[in-house]
Amino acid sequence: MMSTRITRRFQSLAEEGRGGLVTFCTAGDPDYDVSLALLKGLPAAGADIIELGMPFSDPMADGPAIQQASLRALKGGQNMVKTLDMVRAFRSDDDDTPIVLMGYFNPIYVYGVDAFITDAKAAGVDGLIVVDLPPEEEAELCLPATKAGIDFIFLTAPTTDDARLDKVLEHAHGFVYYVSITGITGTASASASDIEEACKRLKSHTDLPVAVGFGIKTPEQVGSVAAIADAAVVGSALVNVIADNIGDDGKATAGLVDAALGFVSDLANGIKGTVEK
Amino acid sequence: MSTPNTYRAGPDEDGRFGIYGGRFVAETLMPLILELEQAFDESKTDPEFAADMDRYLSHYVGRPSALYLAERLTKHLGGAKIYFKREDLNHTGAHKINNCIGQILLAKRMGKTRIIAETGAGQHGVATATVCALFDLPCVVYMGAKDIKRQAPNVYRMKMLGAEVRPVTAGSQSLKDALNEALRDWVTNVEDTFYIIGTVAGPHPFPAMVRDFQSIIGEEVREQIMAAENRLPDTLVACIGGGSNAMGLFHPFLDDADIDIIAVEAAGRGIETGEHAASLSAGSAGVLHGNRTYLLQDDDGQITEAHSISAGLDYPGIGPEHSWLHDIGRASYVSITDDEALDAFRLTTRLEGIIPALESAHAIAHVMKIAPDLPKDHVIVLNLSGRGDKDLNTVAMASGESFGVE
Repeated sequence: MMSTRITRRFQSLAEEGRGGLVTFCTAGDPDYDVSLALLKGLPAAGADIIELGMPFSDPMADGPAIQQASLRALKGGQNMVKTLDMVRAFRSDDDDTPIVLMGYFNPIYVYGVDAFITDAKAAGVDGLIVVDLPPEEEAELCLPATKAGIDFIFLTAPTTDDARLDKVLEHAHGFVYYVSITGITGTASASASDIEEACKRLKSHTDLPVAVGFGIKTPEQVGSVAAIADAAVVGSALVNVIADNIGDDGKATAGLVDAALGFVSDLANGIKGTVEK
Repeated sequence: MSTPNTYRAGPDEDGRFGIYGGRFVAETLMPLILELEQAFDESKTDPEFAADMDRYLSHYVGRPSALYLAERLTKHLGGAKIYFKREDLNHTGAHKINNCIGQILLAKRMGKTRIIAETGAGQHGVATATVCALFDLPCVVYMGAKDIKRQAPNVYRMKMLGAEVRPVTAGSQSLKDALNEALRDWVTNVEDTFYIIGTVAGPHPFPAMVRDFQSIIGEEVREQIMAAENRLPDTLVACIGGGSNAMGLFHPFLDDADIDIIAVEAAGRGIETGEHAASLSAGSAGVLHGNRTYLLQDDDGQITEAHSISAGLDYPGIGPEHSWLHDIGRASYVSITDDEALDAFRLTTRLEGIIPALESAHAIAHVMKIAPDLPKDHVIVLNLSGRGDKDLNTVAMASGESFGVE
């Protein structure tokens, strides 16, 4: 397999003997500068992989927290060009931490698929998670992105049965994202035993690392999921910390970046705690 | 996709009409959508399903709906002969019930025990609440908060029928946002819930399925116009928001090359103002709500808000088959402003004693433009897709009059 930032990161996590922390925040929430400062601070705070949300007006798979984050970012003037600028700015200081862009297909489609792949690759994007592109639509973006060396990361869900799993995994790269509940982001949480069973099932179908997301909110949950899967994804809970540090005027308060990075450190400590045990 | 001599073969196996359509949904929903497609395909050849459909459409909905020669409107305009396909006479007052009967029978077939729907004007919500009462299934209807205000009578009807109406306060608080919220509910309750989509949009197989359930409109028109005129019509006209009443009328006639097919979008306050719902006249291709189609959006691919005085047309997208018919030129897509629709609403009410839905009034307004210049033997069939009782408050307010129920 070709060595990419994503494969190298999972390799080093395996060598450390611990699961990884994947953090999600929306690019440009609540504005470009604050969002970039947060992005740049994430690796030192303990994020092993960064998911950066491409804001969309109609985020159909997201709960209220990420919906609001998307709207704040768009109101702050964020667009696809700026999101790619942000990745480029991050890459000038950090050549190791993988960045995965996450969102919906329409902004990519309207940007132009070929132009997007070229520009995303040049900016230093490592992977893509596009919620509304199941394997049935792989010709749209998955196949051309993979050809260009960007990992297309597929979502699997509790409803993805064994027969379907092989189809989903056929063109999967980087890692597999397991959506641990049927539902939207930032709502219910799956039990550790359900996650364990699901990971076992996924591992019997693929050698790719498995990251588990949806409903993971606390350092304790991160610790328990990261002990079962290769990585735990935290999105809405981090986005809530951002929302809590936005003033009535819609602007970031002075403490936003520190508060968000402090929360990420706590999440990362949740993993270290389990390693020390 | 379609063989060269038919426009009626779509969609292909990937759910595409040309480049439009498809299945742009989250993985969680994908297995269910494939299961639905299979159930739908099986139902097509099941005589029991067909018999159930027939029974409910005849005795519950009241089909066939009349094809009525609007003599006074025809005389007033002084040109083409105008027929109304009276979908307003269906039980619940619009064409929406045709599709709901079909989908609730499928839901039962699939063993689903909970129904959800989105609604704009409330006609689809009422139709869904109605079949849920009939089949004794719990029903949740998502409706934009703005639409709840302007369609209060329908909201109360849904509640009377036992449905829970959940207001959607996100985004533009209208149909697009109700669809988002219904999709969020569906992905959360995927095991037991059937989502009755009200128009010819959404992921495959919905556009084809809703079209097939609505095609009874055009099929009846074929027979009825032969009985009345001994020939097929020259022109078909229907309004489009998502496009289900239009597709229902048009589809059985797509291969009759001599028939002029015209769909009427909502131009709101005027296309040039940017406050409209004319996805085909002023939008571009994009992906939303499970399908690729024409959308109102900015150059970053963010969906923009639609506007129409008619809640049922207030949607920034359109069914994918319409996008395809638009691109290949088989149907033409025009637009009518709020004011033109209001004029048509008033004229039809006074001349024919028929209060049309504001949605249908858009189609009438276009007929008012074209009929005077057409010869007297030119036959137009217009889909009078729904009745306008629900719109009286909106019309009164637009006319600066008091409705007396504030």
